[in-house]
Amino acid sequence: MSRLSRRKLITTGLGAMAGASGLAFAARLAARYGLIPPDHGGLYGPGETLTYAAQRLLTRHSLAREFPRNLISKAPFANGAPPKDDAYQRAKAASFADWRLTVDGLVANPASFSLAELRSLPARSQITHLACEEGWSFIAEWIGVPLSHILQVVGAAPQARYVFYFSIQQYWWDSVDMADALHPQTLVTYGMNDGDLPPGHGGPIRLRVPRQLGYKSVKYLTRLTVADSVKGFGQGLGSSAPEGGYAWYAGI
Amino acid sequence: MSNAVYAPGIGGTVSVSARSPRHTALVRVTHWITTLGFAALLVSGIEIVVSHPRFYWGEEGNVGTPALFALPIPSSRHLVPTGYNYVLPDQNGWSRALHFQAAWVVLLTGLIYVISGLRTRHFSRNLFPAQADVSWRSIAKIIANDLRFRRPDEAEAWSYNVLQRLTYLVVIFGLFPLVTWTGLAMSPGFVSAFPITVTALGGQQSARTIHFFVSVLLVLFLLAHVAKVIIAGFKKRTFAMITGCAGAPEGDA
Repeated sequence: MSRLSRRKLITTGLGAMAGASGLAFAARLAARYGLIPPDHGGLYGPGETLTYAAQRLLTRHSLAREFPRNLISKAPFANGAPPKDDAYQRAKAASFADWRLTVDGLVANPASFSLAELRSLPARSQITHLACEEGWSFIAEWIGVPLSHILQVVGAAPQARYVFYFSIQQYWWDSVDMADALHPQTLVTYGMNDGDLPPGHGGPIRLRVPRQLGYKSVKYLTRLTVADSVKGFGQGLGSSAPEGGYAWYAGI
Repeated sequence: MSNAVYAPGIGGTVSVSARSPRHTALVRVTHWITTLGFAALLVSGIEIVVSHPRFYWGEEGNVGTPALFALPIPSSRHLVPTGYNYVLPDQNGWSRALHFQAAWVVLLTGLIYVISGLRTRHFSRNLFPAQADVSWRSIAKIIANDLRFRRPDEAEAWSYNVLQRLTYLVVIFGLFPLVTWTGLAMSPGFVSAFPITVTALGGQQSARTIHFFVSVLLVLFLLAHVAKVIIAGFKKRTFAMITGCAGAPEGDA
């Protein structure tokens, strides 16, 4: 009995040590290959990290599903009214003629684009699903400039790891890693279903990240910032979402 | 038929210790981890549903489209028309984080359980029913006994009847894989790599609706399971699942 339990104790101990060093090794590897999300700390950090790491290994280059035109939703739900504040209302009254998208951070040529300038860049249109974390969804056609093209125009630095994006709604800002920032379906969107992007859906411009839930597609886009770290942006969790209890990575 | 002699470590221990435990350590540990994980999934799942208690079929669905059905409960979001003039507190943040973390725990625990169950022939020995037992007659008899809340005799503490075996097999190889699949089919990231997982179900909203119904079936299983444990003797059966000892030794039965 005692001999058996001693042997068991030793094998269990060795197993635990191997497991712990294996985990430590896995953590170092994961950090090296960018598999650790900015909100990896805290009670739910392990789950967030597993999801992000698994999806980055499986989905780095995969494309969100695109749909035929006949599946475009007749009831695209806008989820709330556009901002009521003066700045937005004045811009809207002027048909967003003065709206600008500033691009700064780790870029060779910081720039600021008007809507007309964005429209003159190579466009892409895609019919994708927008799913909200609440459970509802709709399908729409989104028209815009791939974010990767804008990053190329401004000359994003090779050490860039995140692209932060900000809205006229100061409480709603976010970031994506380079896998999503350079993904061909990540669009700076100015059109929807053959028309301008309606104010309810984020007009004049919204960043669409179709491989993640709706809250990553920030509306009323005003600024992009290329960064090599999440430090210095809010609480350093990568976006306003984790500060409100939601995941930074919303590909689930 | 008395089991009063049972006293581990004092008398009659030869037959008890020679006998393998009612449940192996691996089954016991994975059982309780799954119990905790399932409780977390259930609570967080309810919180998530409350933010949009309407269900749809196909790819899309929102408050502007007709619902397949709606749960008669208030919502935690003011834009969902529920007929109630108040909005529940919104608990989606931690609920979603807990849901996905618990899903990982249950998934990995389930994989360990299934792989070891195949290796130790746990399924073929303890769960696959004997062919002779699989008849409507024997199943009807078990159901009749169950409906009368008849306490099972001691021999049954060491084995499962055909209805239990079939139910466990459906839960382990049917409902749990299905609830995992339909959950993943709602993930925009996962389906970008494996689109067939959602198109085969008829769309993202169909996946959500199936996920809901499979969860309901799992809850019904849980209720029946706990009811049967209570009827058979809650303390003794729960003790058996914690320590592995089933109670009556062999010589006694």
